[in-house]
Amino acid sequence: MGCKRTFVCLSLMFCLLVLGCSSKTSSRSHSLTIAGSTSVQPFAEKLSEIYMELYPREVVNVQGGGSTAGIKACRQRAAQIGTSSRDLHPEENDLKKIIIAWDGIAIIVHPQNPIQKITLKQLQGIFSGKIRFWSELGGAKKPIFFVTREEGSGTRDAFESLAMKKMEISNEALVEDSNGAVREIVGHNPFAIGYISFGIVNHQVKALAVNSVQPSLSTIKEREYQLTRPFLFVVNEPVTSQASRFIEFVLTKNGQQILEKEGLVGIL
Amino acid sequence: MKEKIIEKILMILAFSAIGILFLITIYIFKEGLPIIIKVGIKDFLFNAKWAPTKGHFGILSMIISSLAVTLGAMILGVPLSLACAITLAEFAPPRLMIILKPTIELLAGIPSVVYGFLGVLILVPFIRDYFGGPGLSLLAASIILAIMILPTITSISIDALQAVPLLYKEGALAMGATHWQAIRLVLLPAARSGVVTAIILGMARAIGETMAVIMVAGNALRIPTSLLNPVRTLTSNIALEMGYSAGDHRTALFATGIILFIFIMGLNILANTIMRKK
Repeated sequence: MGCKRTFVCLSLMFCLLVLGCSSKTSSRSHSLTIAGSTSVQPFAEKLSEIYMELYPREVVNVQGGGSTAGIKACRQRAAQIGTSSRDLHPEENDLKKIIIAWDGIAIIVHPQNPIQKITLKQLQGIFSGKIRFWSELGGAKKPIFFVTREEGSGTRDAFESLAMKKMEISNEALVEDSNGAVREIVGHNPFAIGYISFGIVNHQVKALAVNSVQPSLSTIKEREYQLTRPFLFVVNEPVTSQASRFIEFVLTKNGQQILEKEGLVGIL
Repeated sequence: MKEKIIEKILMILAFSAIGILFLITIYIFKEGLPIIIKVGIKDFLFNAKWAPTKGHFGILSMIISSLAVTLGAMILGVPLSLACAITLAEFAPPRLMIILKPTIELLAGIPSVVYGFLGVLILVPFIRDYFGGPGLSLLAASIILAIMILPTITSISIDALQAVPLLYKEGALAMGATHWQAIRLVLLPAARSGVVTAIILGMARAIGETMAVIMVAGNALRIPTSLLNPVRTLTSNIALEMGYSAGDHRTALFATGIILFIFIMGLNILANTIMRKK
Protein backbone atom coordinates (compact mmCIF):
# COMPACT_ATOMS: atom_id res chain seq x y z
CA MET A 1 0.00 0.00 0.00
CA GLY A 2 2.76 2.38 1.07
CA CYS A 3 4.67 1.75 -2.12
CA LYS A 4 1.68 2.58 -4.25
CA ARG A 5 1.32 5.93 -2.58
CA THR A 6 5.01 6.69 -3.09
CA PHE A 7 4.67 5.78 -6.73
CA VAL A 8 1.69 8.10 -7.22
CA CYS A 9 3.55 10.89 -5.43
CA LEU A 10 6.63 10.39 -7.59
CA SER A 11 4.72 10.39 -10.86
CA LEU A 12 2.82 13.50 -9.80
CA MET A 13 6.08 15.28 -9.06
CA PHE A 14 7.41 14.22 -12.43
CA CYS A 15 4.34 15.61 -14.21
CA LEU A 16 4.67 18.91 -12.37
CA LEU A 17 8.35 19.05 -13.31
CA VAL A 18 7.57 18.57 -16.98
CA LEU A 19 4.76 21.12 -16.89
CA GLY A 20 6.96 23.58 -15.07
CA CYS A 21 9.60 23.36 -17.73
CA SER A 22 7.32 23.73 -20.70
CA SER A 23 5.17 26.64 -19.54
CA LYS A 24 8.16 28.93 -19.08
CA THR A 25 9.30 28.75 -22.68
CA SER A 26 5.91 28.97 -24.33
CA SER A 27 4.80 32.21 -22.67
CA ARG A 28 7.65 34.20 -24.26
CA SER A 29 7.48 34.32 -28.01
CA HIS A 30 9.33 37.53 -28.98
CA SER A 31 12.61 35.78 -29.57
CA LEU A 32 15.62 37.46 -31.17
CA THR A 33 18.59 35.42 -32.38
CA ILE A 34 22.09 36.88 -32.55
CA ALA A 35 24.86 34.73 -34.03
CA GLY A 36 28.43 35.19 -35.15
CA SER A 37 31.85 36.23 -33.90
CA THR A 38 33.14 34.50 -30.80
CA SER A 39 34.89 37.75 -29.82
CA VAL A 40 31.64 39.68 -29.83
CA GLN A 41 29.74 36.85 -28.14
CA PRO A 42 30.60 37.64 -24.49
CA PHE A 43 29.70 41.31 -25.01
CA ALA A 44 26.47 40.46 -26.82
CA GLU A 45 25.59 38.09 -23.98
CA LYS A 46 26.20 40.80 -21.41
CA LEU A 47 24.09 43.27 -23.40
CA SER A 48 21.26 40.79 -23.85
CA GLU A 49 21.29 39.93 -20.17
CA ILE A 50 20.77 43.54 -19.14
CA TYR A 51 18.34 44.14 -22.02
CA MET A 52 16.16 41.24 -20.89
CA GLU A 53 16.19 42.56 -17.35
CA LEU A 54 15.00 45.97 -18.57
CA TYR A 55 12.42 44.51 -20.96
CA PRO A 56 11.23 41.21 -19.48
CA ARG A 57 9.00 40.44 -22.48
CA GLU A 58 11.95 40.23 -24.88
CA VAL A 59 13.99 37.06 -25.34
CA VAL A 60 17.45 37.24 -26.89
CA ASN A 61 19.48 34.16 -27.87
CA VAL A 62 23.19 34.68 -28.43
CA GLN A 63 25.21 32.09 -30.35
CA GLY A 64 28.82 31.80 -31.52
CA GLY A 65 30.12 30.23 -34.73
CA GLY A 66 32.50 32.87 -36.05
CA SER A 67 32.17 36.12 -38.01
CA THR A 68 31.77 34.50 -41.42
CA ALA A 69 29.13 32.09 -40.13
CA GLY A 70 27.30 34.97 -38.45
CA ILE A 71 27.18 37.04 -41.61
CA LYS A 72 25.95 34.01 -43.55
CA ALA A 73 23.29 33.26 -40.92
CA CYS A 74 22.12 36.85 -41.19
CA ARG A 75 21.85 36.69 -44.98
CA GLN A 76 19.87 33.45 -44.79
CA ARG A 77 17.74 34.97 -42.01
CA ALA A 78 18.65 32.17 -39.61
CA ALA A 79 19.68 34.99 -37.26
CA GLN A 80 18.13 38.46 -37.20
CA ILE A 81 21.45 40.00 -36.20
CA GLY A 82 24.84 38.69 -37.28
CA THR A 83 27.93 39.77 -35.37
CA SER A 84 31.39 40.23 -36.82
CA SER A 85 34.78 41.19 -35.39
CA ARG A 86 36.16 42.12 -38.82
CA ASP A 87 35.06 44.57 -41.47
CA LEU A 88 32.71 43.30 -44.19
CA HIS A 89 34.27 41.97 -47.38
CA PRO A 90 33.18 43.74 -50.61
CA GLU A 91 30.88 40.86 -51.59
CA GLU A 92 29.12 41.12 -48.22
CA ASN A 93 28.28 44.80 -48.69
CA ASP A 94 24.63 44.11 -49.55
CA LEU A 95 24.04 43.73 -45.81
CA LYS A 96 23.77 46.70 -43.48
CA LYS A 97 26.52 47.03 -40.90
CA ILE A 98 26.37 48.90 -37.62
CA ILE A 99 29.61 49.51 -35.70
CA ILE A 100 28.82 48.97 -32.03
CA ALA A 101 32.33 49.40 -30.58
CA TRP A 102 36.06 49.25 -31.25
CA ASP A 103 38.54 46.82 -29.79
CA GLY A 104 42.32 47.23 -29.73
CA ILE A 105 44.74 44.35 -29.40
CA ALA A 106 47.53 45.38 -27.07
CA ILE A 107 51.00 43.84 -27.32
CA ILE A 108 52.13 43.31 -23.75
CA VAL A 109 55.46 42.65 -22.01
CA HIS A 110 56.67 42.57 -18.40
CA PRO A 111 56.81 46.09 -16.83
CA GLN A 112 60.58 45.73 -16.28
CA ASN A 113 61.25 44.98 -19.94
CA PRO A 114 63.21 48.00 -21.32
CA ILE A 115 61.54 47.73 -24.75
CA GLN A 116 58.92 50.47 -25.30
CA LYS A 117 57.84 49.99 -28.89
CA ILE A 118 57.75 47.41 -31.61
CA THR A 119 57.06 47.33 -35.34
CA LEU A 120 54.66 44.99 -37.09
CA LYS A 121 57.65 43.41 -38.87
CA GLN A 122 59.35 42.61 -35.55
CA LEU A 123 56.08 41.26 -34.19
CA GLN A 124 55.74 38.92 -37.17
CA GLY A 125 59.34 37.82 -36.68
CA ILE A 126 58.81 37.01 -33.02
CA PHE A 127 55.56 35.10 -33.39
CA SER A 128 56.73 33.15 -36.43
CA GLY A 129 59.80 32.06 -34.47
CA LYS A 130 62.41 33.94 -36.53
CA ILE A 131 63.42 36.54 -33.93
CA ARG A 132 64.46 34.50 -30.90
CA PHE A 133 66.36 36.90 -28.62
CA TRP A 134 65.47 40.22 -27.03
CA SER A 135 68.91 41.49 -28.08
CA GLU A 136 67.64 41.60 -31.67
CA LEU A 137 65.20 44.30 -30.51
CA GLY A 138 67.79 46.13 -28.44
CA GLY A 139 67.12 44.35 -25.15
CA ALA A 140 69.00 41.80 -23.04
CA LYS A 141 70.57 38.68 -24.56
CA LYS A 142 67.72 36.48 -23.36
CA PRO A 143 65.35 34.21 -25.27
CA ILE A 144 61.89 35.53 -26.11
CA PHE A 145 58.96 33.52 -24.78
CA PHE A 146 55.89 34.35 -26.82
CA VAL A 147 52.41 33.56 -25.65
CA THR A 148 49.47 33.08 -27.99
CA ARG A 149 45.80 32.18 -27.64
CA GLU A 150 44.24 28.82 -28.47
CA GLU A 151 43.02 27.91 -31.94
CA GLY A 152 39.46 29.17 -32.46
CA SER A 153 39.82 32.20 -30.20
CA GLY A 154 38.53 35.45 -31.70
CA THR A 155 41.46 37.43 -30.31
CA ARG A 156 43.91 35.03 -31.97
CA ASP A 157 41.99 35.31 -35.21
CA ALA A 158 42.18 39.10 -35.08
CA PHE A 159 45.89 39.04 -34.19
CA GLU A 160 46.58 36.69 -37.10
CA SER A 161 44.77 38.87 -39.61
CA LEU A 162 45.90 42.30 -38.30
CA ALA A 163 49.49 41.56 -37.27
CA MET A 164 50.67 38.30 -38.79
CA LYS A 165 49.08 38.89 -42.23
CA LYS A 166 49.99 35.73 -44.18
CA MET A 167 52.51 34.30 -41.67
CA GLU A 168 51.79 31.42 -39.33
CA ILE A 169 52.28 31.51 -35.57
CA SER A 170 55.10 29.10 -34.67
CA ASN A 171 54.22 25.87 -32.87
CA GLU A 172 56.77 26.73 -30.19
CA ALA A 173 54.43 29.40 -28.84
CA LEU A 174 53.09 28.98 -25.33
CA VAL A 175 49.30 28.69 -25.53
CA GLU A 176 46.83 29.99 -22.95
CA ASP A 177 43.06 29.92 -23.17
CA SER A 178 42.07 33.40 -21.95
CA ASN A 179 43.17 37.02 -21.98
CA GLY A 180 43.62 36.80 -18.22
CA ALA A 181 45.90 33.76 -18.40
CA VAL A 182 48.11 35.42 -21.05
CA ARG A 183 48.38 38.52 -18.85
CA GLU A 184 49.27 36.34 -15.85
CA ILE A 185 52.10 34.59 -17.72
CA VAL A 186 53.52 37.81 -19.16
CA GLY A 187 53.16 39.62 -15.83
CA HIS A 188 55.30 36.99 -14.11
CA ASN A 189 57.95 36.38 -16.76
CA PRO A 190 60.34 39.27 -17.57
CA PHE A 191 61.15 37.75 -20.99
CA ALA A 192 57.64 36.98 -22.24
CA ILE A 193 55.50 38.79 -24.80
CA GLY A 194 51.83 38.28 -25.62
CA TYR A 195 48.70 39.96 -26.94
CA ILE A 196 45.40 40.66 -25.19
CA SER A 197 42.34 42.86 -25.60
CA PHE A 198 43.14 46.47 -24.73
CA GLY A 199 40.42 46.51 -22.06
CA ILE A 200 42.19 43.77 -20.08
CA VAL A 201 45.56 45.59 -19.78
CA ASN A 202 46.42 46.53 -16.18
CA HIS A 203 49.42 47.45 -14.00
CA GLN A 204 50.82 43.88 -14.17
CA VAL A 205 51.93 44.35 -17.76
CA LYS A 206 53.15 47.06 -20.11
CA ALA A 207 51.50 47.71 -23.49
CA LEU A 208 53.98 48.45 -26.28
CA ALA A 209 53.59 51.13 -28.94
CA VAL A 210 53.05 49.40 -32.29
CA ASN A 211 54.61 51.21 -35.29
CA SER A 212 55.14 54.18 -32.90
CA VAL A 213 51.49 54.49 -31.85
CA GLN A 214 50.66 53.80 -28.20
CA PRO A 215 47.28 52.05 -27.77
CA SER A 216 44.81 54.30 -25.95
CA LEU A 217 41.10 55.08 -26.02
CA SER A 218 41.63 57.90 -28.50
CA THR A 219 44.13 56.18 -30.83
CA ILE A 220 41.83 53.15 -30.99
CA LYS A 221 38.73 55.26 -31.60
CA GLU A 222 40.52 57.20 -34.37
CA ARG A 223 41.96 53.93 -35.74
CA GLU A 224 45.49 55.33 -35.59
CA TYR A 225 46.53 52.28 -33.59
CA GLN A 226 47.02 49.61 -36.23
CA LEU A 227 45.82 46.57 -34.30
CA THR A 228 42.26 47.87 -34.05
CA ARG A 229 39.19 45.98 -35.14
CA PRO A 230 35.54 46.98 -35.28
CA PHE A 231 32.80 45.00 -33.58
CA LEU A 232 29.87 44.93 -35.96
CA PHE A 233 26.22 44.06 -35.94
CA VAL A 234 25.08 43.01 -39.39
CA VAL A 235 21.43 43.06 -40.41
CA ASN A 236 19.51 42.10 -43.52
CA GLU A 237 16.84 44.57 -44.72
CA PRO A 238 14.04 44.78 -43.79
CA VAL A 239 15.07 44.72 -40.16
CA THR A 240 12.64 43.07 -37.77
CA SER A 241 11.24 45.25 -35.01
CA GLN A 242 12.84 43.12 -32.26
CA ALA A 243 16.25 43.49 -33.88
CA SER A 244 15.98 47.25 -34.34
CA ARG A 245 14.83 47.70 -30.72
CA PHE A 246 17.89 45.78 -29.50
CA ILE A 247 20.27 47.70 -31.77
CA GLU A 248 18.78 51.00 -30.59
CA PHE A 249 19.43 49.90 -27.01
CA VAL A 250 23.06 48.98 -27.78
CA LEU A 251 23.71 52.39 -29.36
CA THR A 252 22.23 54.37 -26.45
CA LYS A 253 24.51 55.85 -23.82
CA ASN A 254 23.42 53.08 -21.47
CA GLY A 255 24.33 50.31 -23.89
CA GLN A 256 27.66 51.90 -24.78
CA GLN A 257 28.52 52.26 -21.11
CA ILE A 258 27.98 48.52 -20.64
CA LEU A 259 30.43 47.84 -23.47
CA GLU A 260 33.01 50.28 -22.10
CA LYS A 261 32.73 48.75 -18.66
CA GLU A 262 33.52 45.38 -20.27
CA GLY A 263 36.69 46.82 -21.82
CA LEU A 264 35.74 47.95 -25.32
CA VAL A 265 36.08 51.43 -26.80
CA GLY A 266 32.65 52.95 -27.43
CA ILE A 267 31.61 54.85 -30.53
CA LEU A 268 29.99 57.88 -28.85
CA MET B 1 6.62 -7.60 -1.83
CA LYS B 2 8.35 -4.49 -0.44
CA GLU B 3 11.70 -6.30 -0.42
CA LYS B 4 11.30 -7.12 -4.10
CA ILE B 5 10.48 -3.56 -5.11
CA ILE B 6 13.45 -2.12 -3.25
CA GLU B 7 15.63 -4.73 -4.87
CA LYS B 8 14.34 -3.74 -8.30
CA ILE B 9 14.86 -0.03 -7.62
CA LEU B 10 18.44 -0.63 -6.53
CA MET B 11 19.00 -2.72 -9.61
CA ILE B 12 17.69 0.04 -11.87
CA LEU B 13 19.91 2.58 -10.17
CA ALA B 14 22.95 0.36 -10.56
CA PHE B 15 22.25 -0.21 -14.22
CA SER B 16 21.64 3.48 -14.86
CA ALA B 17 25.23 4.15 -13.77
CA ILE B 18 26.48 1.64 -16.32
CA GLY B 19 24.01 3.02 -18.83
CA ILE B 20 25.50 6.48 -18.47
CA LEU B 21 28.97 5.12 -19.20
CA PHE B 22 27.53 3.35 -22.20
CA LEU B 23 25.84 6.53 -23.48
CA ILE B 24 29.02 8.57 -23.02
CA THR B 25 30.98 6.02 -25.00
CA ILE B 26 28.50 5.99 -27.85
CA TYR B 27 28.31 9.78 -27.90
CA ILE B 28 32.08 10.32 -27.96
CA PHE B 29 32.51 7.86 -30.79
CA LYS B 30 29.56 9.23 -32.73
CA GLU B 31 30.88 12.79 -32.48
CA GLY B 32 34.54 12.01 -33.02
CA LEU B 33 34.72 9.24 -35.60
CA PRO B 34 33.67 11.31 -38.66
CA ILE B 35 36.86 13.39 -38.57
CA ILE B 36 39.10 10.34 -38.09
CA ILE B 37 37.48 8.77 -41.13
CA LYS B 38 37.75 12.05 -43.06
CA VAL B 39 41.47 12.67 -42.50
CA GLY B 40 42.40 9.00 -42.14
CA ILE B 41 43.51 7.29 -38.94
CA LYS B 42 47.16 7.37 -40.00
CA ASP B 43 47.22 11.09 -40.63
CA PHE B 44 45.32 11.76 -37.43
CA LEU B 45 47.67 9.75 -35.22
CA PHE B 46 51.02 10.27 -36.91
CA ASN B 47 50.91 13.84 -38.16
CA ALA B 48 52.28 16.48 -35.79
CA LYS B 49 50.60 19.50 -37.37
CA TRP B 50 47.52 20.64 -35.44
CA ALA B 51 45.75 23.70 -36.87
CA PRO B 52 42.09 22.67 -36.98
CA THR B 53 40.78 26.00 -38.29
CA LYS B 54 43.16 25.63 -41.25
CA GLY B 55 42.43 21.97 -41.89
CA HIS B 56 45.34 20.22 -40.14
CA PHE B 57 44.32 17.56 -37.63
CA GLY B 58 47.45 15.72 -36.50
CA ILE B 59 47.71 14.86 -32.81
CA LEU B 60 51.11 13.12 -32.77
CA SER B 61 52.79 15.82 -30.70
CA MET B 62 50.06 15.59 -28.07
CA ILE B 63 50.24 11.79 -27.88
CA ILE B 64 54.00 12.02 -27.38
CA SER B 65 53.59 14.80 -24.81
CA SER B 66 50.93 12.87 -22.89
CA LEU B 67 53.16 9.80 -22.75
CA ALA B 68 56.23 11.86 -21.81
CA VAL B 69 54.46 13.71 -19.01
CA THR B 70 53.02 10.46 -17.66
CA LEU B 71 56.38 8.70 -17.85
CA GLY B 72 58.03 11.62 -16.04
CA ALA B 73 55.39 11.51 -13.33
CA MET B 74 55.93 7.74 -12.96
CA ILE B 75 59.71 8.06 -12.66
CA LEU B 76 59.36 10.70 -9.96
CA GLY B 77 56.21 9.43 -8.27
CA VAL B 78 56.50 5.64 -8.12
CA PRO B 79 59.67 5.37 -5.98
CA LEU B 80 58.32 8.06 -3.68
CA SER B 81 54.93 6.38 -3.30
CA LEU B 82 56.42 2.91 -2.76
CA ALA B 83 58.79 4.29 -0.15
CA CYS B 84 55.83 5.90 1.56
CA ALA B 85 53.81 2.69 1.41
CA ILE B 86 56.64 0.49 2.76
CA THR B 87 57.44 2.92 5.55
CA LEU B 88 53.83 3.19 6.61
CA ALA B 89 53.05 -0.52 6.34
CA GLU B 90 56.23 -1.85 7.92
CA PHE B 91 58.32 0.66 9.80
CA ALA B 92 55.97 3.28 11.19
CA PRO B 93 54.55 2.58 14.64
CA PRO B 94 50.80 1.91 14.45
CA ARG B 95 49.93 5.18 16.14
CA LEU B 96 51.86 7.20 13.55
CA MET B 97 50.25 5.17 10.80
CA ILE B 98 46.80 6.17 12.06
CA ILE B 99 47.73 9.81 11.53
CA LEU B 100 49.87 9.52 8.40
CA LYS B 101 47.67 7.36 6.19
CA PRO B 102 44.62 9.65 6.26
CA THR B 103 46.95 12.61 5.73
CA ILE B 104 48.35 11.11 2.55
CA GLU B 105 44.86 10.22 1.40
CA LEU B 106 43.86 13.81 2.02
CA LEU B 107 46.28 14.80 -0.76
CA ALA B 108 43.90 13.09 -3.18
CA GLY B 109 41.09 15.37 -2.03
CA ILE B 110 42.85 18.62 -2.93
CA PRO B 111 41.29 19.96 -6.14
CA SER B 112 43.63 19.77 -9.12
CA VAL B 113 43.29 23.49 -9.82
CA VAL B 114 44.95 24.14 -6.47
CA TYR B 115 47.92 21.98 -7.47
CA GLY B 116 48.08 23.88 -10.75
CA PHE B 117 47.97 27.22 -8.98
CA LEU B 118 50.77 26.27 -6.61
CA GLY B 119 52.72 25.00 -9.59
CA VAL B 120 52.37 28.29 -11.45
CA LEU B 121 53.30 30.38 -8.42
CA ILE B 122 56.16 28.31 -6.99
CA LEU B 123 57.39 25.57 -9.29
CA VAL B 124 57.32 27.39 -12.63
CA PRO B 125 59.39 30.44 -11.53
CA PHE B 126 61.80 28.07 -9.75
CA ILE B 127 62.38 26.03 -12.93
CA ARG B 128 62.69 29.19 -15.01
CA ASP B 129 65.28 30.75 -12.70
CA TYR B 130 67.40 27.68 -11.98
CA PHE B 131 67.11 25.50 -15.09
CA GLY B 132 66.18 27.97 -17.86
CA GLY B 133 63.42 27.84 -20.46
CA PRO B 134 60.01 29.39 -19.91
CA GLY B 135 59.40 27.40 -16.71
CA LEU B 136 56.07 26.18 -18.07
CA SER B 137 57.38 22.78 -19.09
CA LEU B 138 57.28 19.03 -19.31
CA LEU B 139 59.29 18.91 -16.08
CA ALA B 140 56.84 21.13 -14.17
CA ALA B 141 53.88 19.01 -15.32
CA SER B 142 55.65 15.78 -14.36
CA ILE B 143 56.50 17.03 -10.88
CA ILE B 144 52.95 18.23 -10.20
CA LEU B 145 51.50 14.94 -11.48
CA ALA B 146 53.96 12.93 -9.39
CA ILE B 147 52.58 14.63 -6.29
CA MET B 148 49.01 14.09 -7.45
CA ILE B 149 49.38 10.34 -8.00
CA LEU B 150 51.22 9.82 -4.72
CA PRO B 151 48.08 9.17 -2.60
CA THR B 152 46.56 6.76 -5.14
CA ILE B 153 49.65 4.57 -5.41
CA THR B 154 50.53 4.78 -1.72
CA SER B 155 47.17 3.83 -0.29
CA ILE B 156 46.52 0.91 -2.66
CA SER B 157 50.09 -0.36 -2.10
CA ILE B 158 49.68 -0.21 1.67
CA ASP B 159 46.52 -2.32 1.39
CA ALA B 160 48.37 -4.79 -0.83
CA LEU B 161 51.31 -5.04 1.58
CA GLN B 162 49.04 -5.52 4.56
CA ALA B 163 47.07 -8.22 2.76
CA VAL B 164 50.16 -10.45 2.60
CA PRO B 165 49.69 -13.15 5.28
CA LEU B 166 51.79 -12.47 8.36
CA LEU B 167 53.11 -16.04 8.09
CA TYR B 168 55.27 -15.11 5.07
CA LYS B 169 57.06 -12.36 6.93
CA GLU B 170 57.43 -14.41 10.08
CA GLY B 171 58.82 -17.28 8.02
CA ALA B 172 61.41 -15.03 6.39
CA LEU B 173 62.45 -13.52 9.70
CA ALA B 174 62.70 -17.00 11.27
CA MET B 175 65.05 -18.03 8.46
CA GLY B 176 67.39 -15.24 9.53
CA ALA B 177 66.45 -12.52 7.03
CA THR B 178 66.73 -8.93 8.19
CA HIS B 179 63.59 -6.79 8.18
CA TRP B 180 64.60 -5.09 4.92
CA GLN B 181 65.46 -8.42 3.29
CA ALA B 182 62.07 -9.80 4.30
CA ILE B 183 60.37 -6.75 2.73
CA ARG B 184 62.40 -6.84 -0.47
CA LEU B 185 62.50 -10.61 -1.04
CA VAL B 186 59.22 -11.79 0.43
CA LEU B 187 56.66 -9.04 1.06
CA LEU B 188 57.05 -7.03 -2.14
CA PRO B 189 56.99 -10.06 -4.48
CA ALA B 190 53.94 -11.41 -2.65
CA ALA B 191 52.15 -8.07 -2.94
CA ARG B 192 53.31 -7.55 -6.51
CA SER B 193 49.96 -7.71 -8.27
CA GLY B 194 48.45 -5.17 -5.88
CA VAL B 195 51.41 -2.83 -6.24
CA VAL B 196 51.37 -3.08 -10.04
CA THR B 197 47.64 -2.36 -10.05
CA ALA B 198 48.29 0.69 -7.87
CA ILE B 199 50.92 1.94 -10.30
CA ILE B 200 48.65 1.44 -13.30
CA LEU B 201 45.76 3.26 -11.63
CA GLY B 202 48.17 6.08 -10.78
CA MET B 203 49.22 6.15 -14.41
CA ALA B 204 45.60 6.40 -15.57
CA ARG B 205 45.12 9.31 -13.19
CA ALA B 206 48.24 11.02 -14.53
CA ILE B 207 47.28 10.64 -18.18
CA GLY B 208 43.74 11.89 -17.52
CA GLU B 209 44.62 14.90 -15.39
CA THR B 210 43.76 18.16 -17.11
CA MET B 211 43.47 21.35 -15.12
CA ALA B 212 46.78 21.27 -13.28
CA VAL B 213 48.58 20.27 -16.47
CA ILE B 214 47.07 23.11 -18.53
CA MET B 215 48.26 25.59 -15.93
CA VAL B 216 51.90 24.45 -15.74
CA ALA B 217 52.70 22.75 -19.05
CA GLY B 218 52.69 25.77 -21.39
CA ASN B 219 50.57 23.96 -24.03
CA ALA B 220 52.91 24.50 -26.98
CA LEU B 221 52.27 22.25 -29.97
CA ARG B 222 55.86 21.30 -30.82
CA ILE B 223 57.10 17.78 -30.08
CA PRO B 224 59.24 18.21 -26.93
CA THR B 225 62.98 17.65 -27.25
CA SER B 226 63.94 18.58 -23.71
CA LEU B 227 62.47 18.41 -20.21
CA LEU B 228 62.29 22.21 -20.22
CA ASN B 229 60.11 22.45 -23.36
CA PRO B 230 56.47 23.42 -22.99
CA VAL B 231 54.09 20.61 -24.00
CA ARG B 232 50.41 20.06 -24.70
CA THR B 233 48.76 16.82 -23.61
CA LEU B 234 45.65 15.21 -25.11
CA THR B 235 43.47 16.31 -22.20
CA SER B 236 44.72 19.91 -22.25
CA ASN B 237 44.03 20.11 -25.95
CA ILE B 238 40.35 19.33 -25.42
CA ALA B 239 39.92 21.66 -22.48
CA LEU B 240 41.87 24.52 -24.07
CA GLU B 241 40.03 24.64 -27.34
CA MET B 242 36.50 23.45 -26.65
CA GLY B 243 35.28 26.97 -25.80
CA TYR B 244 35.06 28.42 -29.28
CA SER B 245 35.32 25.33 -31.44
CA ALA B 246 32.75 24.62 -34.14
CA GLY B 247 32.30 22.17 -37.00
CA ASP B 248 35.30 19.99 -37.83
CA HIS B 249 37.33 21.56 -35.03
CA ARG B 250 34.80 20.37 -32.46
CA THR B 251 34.68 16.92 -34.02
CA ALA B 252 38.47 16.74 -33.91
CA LEU B 253 38.41 17.49 -30.17
CA PHE B 254 35.97 14.60 -29.67
CA ALA B 255 38.32 12.45 -31.74
CA THR B 256 41.14 13.43 -29.37
CA GLY B 257 38.80 12.22 -26.64
CA ILE B 258 38.42 8.85 -28.39
CA ILE B 259 42.19 8.32 -28.35
CA LEU B 260 42.35 9.31 -24.69
CA PHE B 261 39.42 7.01 -23.95
CA ILE B 262 41.21 4.08 -25.60
CA PHE B 263 44.40 4.83 -23.64
CA ILE B 264 42.63 4.92 -20.29
CA MET B 265 40.38 1.92 -21.04
CA GLY B 266 43.51 -0.05 -21.96
CA LEU B 267 45.22 0.87 -18.71
CA ASN B 268 42.17 -0.04 -16.63
CA ILE B 269 41.69 -3.37 -18.38
CA LEU B 270 45.38 -4.09 -17.76
CA ALA B 271 44.98 -3.21 -14.08
CA ASN B 272 41.93 -5.47 -13.76
CA THR B 273 43.62 -8.43 -15.43
CA ILE B 274 46.65 -8.17 -13.18
CA MET B 275 44.44 -7.85 -10.12
CA ARG B 276 42.45 -10.96 -11.11
CA LYS B 277 45.58 -13.02 -11.74
CA LYS B 278 46.22 -12.90 -8.04
